[in-house]
Amino acid sequence: MATEFRDNERELYFFQLRVGIAGAVVLGLFGILLARFFYLQVIQHDYYQTKAEDNRISIVPIVPNRGLITDRNGVVLARNYSAYTLEIAPDKVGNTEAVIDDLAGVVEIRPSDRTRFRRLMIEAKGADSLPIRSRLTDEEVARFAVNRYRFPGVDIKARLFRQYPMGEIGSHFVGYIGRINQRDLDWIENEELAANYKGTEHIGKTGLEQKYEKELHGGTGSEQVEVDAGGRGVRTLSRTPPTSGNNLVLTLDIRLQEVAELAFGEQRGALVAIDPSTGGVLAFVSKPGFDPNLFVDGIDPVSWDALNTSPDRPLVNRALAGTYPPGSTFKPFMALAALALGKRTPSQAISDPGYFNFGGHRFRDDKVGGHGMVDMYKSIVVSCDTYYYQLANDLGIDNISGYMTHFGFGRRSGIDIEGEAAGVLPSQQWKQKRFRRPEQQKWYAGETISVGIGQGYNAYTPLQLAQAVGSLASGGTVYQPHLVNYVENIKTGERGYFKPLAVGTLPAKPEQIEVIRQAMIGVNKEGTGARAFAGAEYISAGKTGTAQVIAIKQNEKYDEKRVQAIHRDHALFIAFAPAESPKIALAVVVENAGFGARAAAPIARAVLDYYLLGKVSKKPAAPVAEEEGDD
Amino acid sequence: MIELAWRRFTDKIDGPLFGIALTILMLGMLTLYSASYETPSRISAQVMNIAFAFVVMWVAAQIPPQTLMRLAPPLYILGILLLIAVALFGDIRNGARRWLNLGFTSIQPSEIMKIAMPLMLAWYFHKYEAMLRLRDFVVAGALLAIPVLLIARQPDLGTALLVAASGFYVIFLAGLSWRIIIGMTVAGIASMPLLWSVLHDYQRRRILTLFDPSGDPLGAGYHIIQSTIAVGSGGVVGKGWLKGTQAHLEFIPERSTDFIFAVFSEEFGLLGNIVLLMLYLALIARGLMIAANAPTFFARLIAGAITLTFFTYAFVNMGMVSGILPVVGVPLPLVSYGGTALAALFLGLGMLMSMQRHRKLVQT
Repeated sequence: MATEFRDNERELYFFQLRVGIAGAVVLGLFGILLARFFYLQVIQHDYYQTKAEDNRISIVPIVPNRGLITDRNGVVLARNYSAYTLEIAPDKVGNTEAVIDDLAGVVEIRPSDRTRFRRLMIEAKGADSLPIRSRLTDEEVARFAVNRYRFPGVDIKARLFRQYPMGEIGSHFVGYIGRINQRDLDWIENEELAANYKGTEHIGKTGLEQKYEKELHGGTGSEQVEVDAGGRGVRTLSRTPPTSGNNLVLTLDIRLQEVAELAFGEQRGALVAIDPSTGGVLAFVSKPGFDPNLFVDGIDPVSWDALNTSPDRPLVNRALAGTYPPGSTFKPFMALAALALGKRTPSQAISDPGYFNFGGHRFRDDKVGGHGMVDMYKSIVVSCDTYYYQLANDLGIDNISGYMTHFGFGRRSGIDIEGEAAGVLPSQQWKQKRFRRPEQQKWYAGETISVGIGQGYNAYTPLQLAQAVGSLASGGTVYQPHLVNYVENIKTGERGYFKPLAVGTLPAKPEQIEVIRQAMIGVNKEGTGARAFAGAEYISAGKTGTAQVIAIKQNEKYDEKRVQAIHRDHALFIAFAPAESPKIALAVVVENAGFGARAAAPIARAVLDYYLLGKVSKKPAAPVAEEEGDD
Repeated sequence: MIELAWRRFTDKIDGPLFGIALTILMLGMLTLYSASYETPSRISAQVMNIAFAFVVMWVAAQIPPQTLMRLAPPLYILGILLLIAVALFGDIRNGARRWLNLGFTSIQPSEIMKIAMPLMLAWYFHKYEAMLRLRDFVVAGALLAIPVLLIARQPDLGTALLVAASGFYVIFLAGLSWRIIIGMTVAGIASMPLLWSVLHDYQRRRILTLFDPSGDPLGAGYHIIQSTIAVGSGGVVGKGWLKGTQAHLEFIPERSTDFIFAVFSEEFGLLGNIVLLMLYLALIARGLMIAANAPTFFARLIAGAITLTFFTYAFVNMGMVSGILPVVGVPLPLVSYGGTALAALFLGLGMLMSMQRHRKLVQT
């Protein structure tokens, strides 16, 4: 009993020893925990405090409203509207295709939405979120909201969309915006605009939208938002509002533009109308056009292929980048060169046999047998080739190109949209640069003769032609053409006007310019433009032209009916009116339409009728019968 | 009369132990309220859990240690059988075979082992109390190893380690020689590379993540990074009750269960942590006191093992949330949401009370 008791005592002692040791271990380990807490909560507190704040607060950029584009009368050409988009954040979503499959059960997703999304994934690498659907209906928004928990990384966003209410009308100069791609990012980086473009997903790609990107974009605001672990905003802590982009108000009259576009009907071509006293563009047509709305949120591949592969090339801005031989519309400029350089007097006449022999070649006039005695007035009114064959030969190529430079031929006008072609004002120097082989570099006197009637190497944009006509209409001042009249800050109401910029003066006496103007008035009164302008209630000045697309062999007469459509001549017409104090000067090119008097002059008539008289014709301009003597 | 009935009713309840547990429970409810603002139903559910746990505790406190001792072998054998059944027919969830479908309900037999293991070992040592020899420790080692290995291969390393710990505490308290303890420790450290090679990928990842949470910030490291931020940003006095941004903006995963300590620590800071540590320490001290004074060898071993297991849970959970231990599924005792854990804890507390109150009964 005693030993057992002693054993019990001993055993209890050992047990209590072990308990004591265990207690010590407990204290020790809790001590380690306490040390850890002290380390985290006292020593490293600031660091973790910042971490928690970074977790909690997210700076969200607020994209400003893009400026509007309106015509001179306030008609809106580009505006914004708010709509809901369904967007996927590719980083937060594992298998996007599977998620899209699931989403299709909640909102309608068309195959074209999928292909567009795939393209965006490739183009916009690293984008925070990309739209799978835009313009959701209220019902779709509600349906997704209910199912939102199933789709982490997918969210509905209210976005401003760009809309071009006029559609195809004016599409080339208005341009369009599209999603920012790598090239745009480089531009943003170069311009040091990265901070201002946070959150911005679209940027001007062509036309005014591109040229005036900095004006239109506005200043990005920001919002400090408390976010949860899912990145969703819980509440706003502070807010710096964005400043809206500036509005563009154009010199252009969109109704005039519409009249002009309708006058073209299904024909391809271009028309540029400017105010000769300012250089302000009144109409800027390139046909066919396209619907810029297609591009705003990424064009679907089918539409893109259709636009891009169409033989009519609707995406090309013909007024700006298309170059055409001016044909006989070149003659008034040649005539002024002759007067200014003293090579001809107005009354000096030649006898036209219907051809001009030079170096064993016979350069023909269209009129068999010739026009008889031809002075300068008649040379323009009846468009006599022989007169200009001789004149060109007398002037020589360097005199011609030297004088033509003053009109702006062969030089970019500097209009306020990108992509302008320079055209070709041929000269000896140009030919040397243009060609490699010495025998090609040599200028032949025969080539000068072709240049004299606006053929040969001549190639100008309709814009250059309009600028040149404008300088005749203004009495000798050459203005830089521009589309924007003023930029308006919508907050302050401040307007920044673009002052007319005179880039040159024609080296000619006013009475010499008057000779040319009178001859051009004659064209529309009694000459090649008379049919198209029969019964006009104003006096206008004009000149027809026909530009060869293929070279005609010697001694062969051009027969329109025998030539394939795309090889047919281009029809041209230049005009200004009212003749005594011109308010509008224009140039028209109708591709492959044959004689200028027939296809191009009626379009010019429709435009002038609307602009000067307010006459609206909502149908294609009817071609008029050929004039005797047109070339 | 009423007074007498009340006294009889509370006769077996240990005042200090219950008082400390109640205080921790209150802190737990405050934290749970903050953590589950999105699912307020959890508060009422936890109140029900607590009520049920009290009943469990009261019943356990009434059971004399001798009865518990008789229950030990059958419970242990049942546990082993169920573990074998799991290995053969268990449901696979999340890549592990842990659950046994009984038709009407699913159970996790490894949970039974958490209680059966110390009971069985204490029963064994009590039986051979008079002269414990090395052979007895070898047998005890085998009794410990079989269920632990079964659980480990489910795989459920966390539970296996906790079960092993509860068994080890019994063996340690029973007087395993220091030489063997030290020898085992050395052998354990030496066998670590071997152990590493049998670990599953996710287990290795959890351990690696501990050393470098930023290596996998969105995957396994996310829990640790976010809970450490919560603890650290709490500072000395905390952000205030209901004001933890990490908790309320959902940065802390499982914030009402395994990671509730992050919420507590963020809102109550270092001072709150110290208070909680003190409360746990008080509870453990009381438990060890009961063990030291328990009447029989069995009662001592059980009381000691229960107390040390309680400590293990608290330590592992807080260590995991503060980023010094790997992530294992261990709730914070008396704070985390969950009925099963709470019932098990109060079962333990009830058993401790039974050891305390039946002391005189046995001795006389």
